[in-house]
Amino acid sequence: MNARLTRNNLVLLAIVAALLIAPLGMRSYSLNVVSTWAVMSVAAIGLNVTLGFAGQVSMAQGAFVGIGAYTVGILTAMEWPFLPCLAVAILLCLALGWIVGYPALRVRSHYLVFVTLAFTTLAYLVFRNEEWLTGGTNGIPDIPRPEMFGISFESDLAYCYFCLLNLAWVSAAVMWLVNSPWGLAFLALRENPVKAQALGVDTRRYTLVAFALGSALGGIAGTLYAPLVAYIDDNAFTLNLSLNLMLMVMVGGSGRLIGPYLGALVVVVLPELLRIAGDYYLMGYGALIVLLMIFCPSGLAGLPETLRARRGATP
Amino acid sequence: MDNLLQLIVSGLATGGIYALAAIGFALLWQTSQTVNFAQGEFVMIPAFFILAAMKYLSLPFWAAALLALVISLLVLGVAFKRAVVDPLLHSGFVPLVIATLGLSLFMKEGVKIFYSAEPQPFPAFDAAAKVSVFGAAVSMQSVVVLGVAVATVLALQLFVARTRTGRCMQATAQNPMVARLLGVQVDRMIQLTFLINAGLVTIASILVTPIYYASYNNGETLGMAAFIAAIVGGFNQIRGAIFGGFLLGIIDNLSAAYISAAYRSVLPLLLLVLVILFRPQGILGRVEERVL
Repeated sequence: MNARLTRNNLVLLAIVAALLIAPLGMRSYSLNVVSTWAVMSVAAIGLNVTLGFAGQVSMAQGAFVGIGAYTVGILTAMEWPFLPCLAVAILLCLALGWIVGYPALRVRSHYLVFVTLAFTTLAYLVFRNEEWLTGGTNGIPDIPRPEMFGISFESDLAYCYFCLLNLAWVSAAVMWLVNSPWGLAFLALRENPVKAQALGVDTRRYTLVAFALGSALGGIAGTLYAPLVAYIDDNAFTLNLSLNLMLMVMVGGSGRLIGPYLGALVVVVLPELLRIAGDYYLMGYGALIVLLMIFCPSGLAGLPETLRARRGATP
Repeated sequence: MDNLLQLIVSGLATGGIYALAAIGFALLWQTSQTVNFAQGEFVMIPAFFILAAMKYLSLPFWAAALLALVISLLVLGVAFKRAVVDPLLHSGFVPLVIATLGLSLFMKEGVKIFYSAEPQPFPAFDAAAKVSVFGAAVSMQSVVVLGVAVATVLALQLFVARTRTGRCMQATAQNPMVARLLGVQVDRMIQLTFLINAGLVTIASILVTPIYYASYNNGETLGMAAFIAAIVGGFNQIRGAIFGGFLLGIIDNLSAAYISAAYRSVLPLLLLVLVILFRPQGILGRVEERVL
């Protein structure tokens, strides 16, 4: 057990070191892929809190990424610096996430999918139609990259590190959260809400907290996304984004700390790699998702266990 | 007034199509807890089977439609259940949702690549002809669509309520365990609902495609409409899905005419959220008494 732990730590260390060093030798395209991966990981980590740990199915995560992105887009256009924008985005998404959580107090599983789906569609329509605020279909151009403490994150390389830095603190915070009493309460909520309530867990409150925290992380991802692509419009935040984030969590392994990173890797990088297949790539991608779910429903993080179980079953 | 009547009739026609898709959706849920997020694509694809059969095999329309029905039954009815749903039933609700989402992407992109990305004209009954209903000029197409949809729904209702197999199917939907104890072949009944769904989406496809043209992304709006109709009407009742479908069709047409076009699609969603919050069993549904 102990030897294993150290081995896992070594692997983790190697990955972190690789993430620190590799961008130095990358060109702009690869840097953008890594930054996108980091940003989507943050959003997927948020959804993993809501869905993976607290067991609340949400199709609204993409909408929160959009809300975060538009917050930065609108406020930087008014010459706000980045940090206050981030704070506003977090607070806004916390509050809206709390509200979106209310239906979850009444309904679960497929009903919750549809309520959150409705929220995503509503958010999309606001992005699209409220031109005075969001620029409508013209979107918001020229979103600047932040400058903090005298350091400019203007270049692709610097911004890549900026995204990785944010991914790092979000990861640390969520790891702490999961091991805190709140994290245990989330697990109780997912596994057996009735029993949890009987044992004195305030399921009402924790359901709302799970939604609010997950959504806030979505908002943070949005604030990172907008300066990364420098231009946002309504098409970036359709239902597809929510589906993709859901996909990341499930493909990576829902309710596992490592899941969102793997899932984001598959969803962000795999399509890029499949591009060599030309027009067929989205089709192949769809087929891969189906196959992955059939053969490994617990996601990539659960793959070793699935394989071990299968080998055990048929010796 | 004429205008209103016209809108309502065409709303009912759209609603009939929604109802067909919604019934299939609700049936799959009832018997096997499958939430099929590819239902919209299921409605989209039979039209392309027909187009392909007409183009490559030079079949006349009716023969192509029959062939498409057979292919749909095999692919959307049998293969879908055996290859996708069965292996995933025991891993819970979300993996199946993700798999059907993947499937919808696969079907959409497949059609786009192997047939065409451009909307294709689809043979229709004489669309320009008008008939007079209580003094309002209504297109012949609406009347035919409504007629076929209502006839299909009635036939299905008769089958479920009056035949032995239909009642076995109902028993499976209400309580598979007791149904099994009473000698119902539950697995066969579940397969039957998948076949019925495949039949329903084929009919819906033939009815809807002349209106919207055959396009690979037709499924997006149709799938959404089917979900909303099924939930608003009541997930656990066939007549709930029928009611939901017609209601949604009328709301769709009226809101397009009288409320801002920009927020047109919000109204059905608003209805959905209200129903889920205040009457989650649906307008006509019963509270599920089922113990899993």
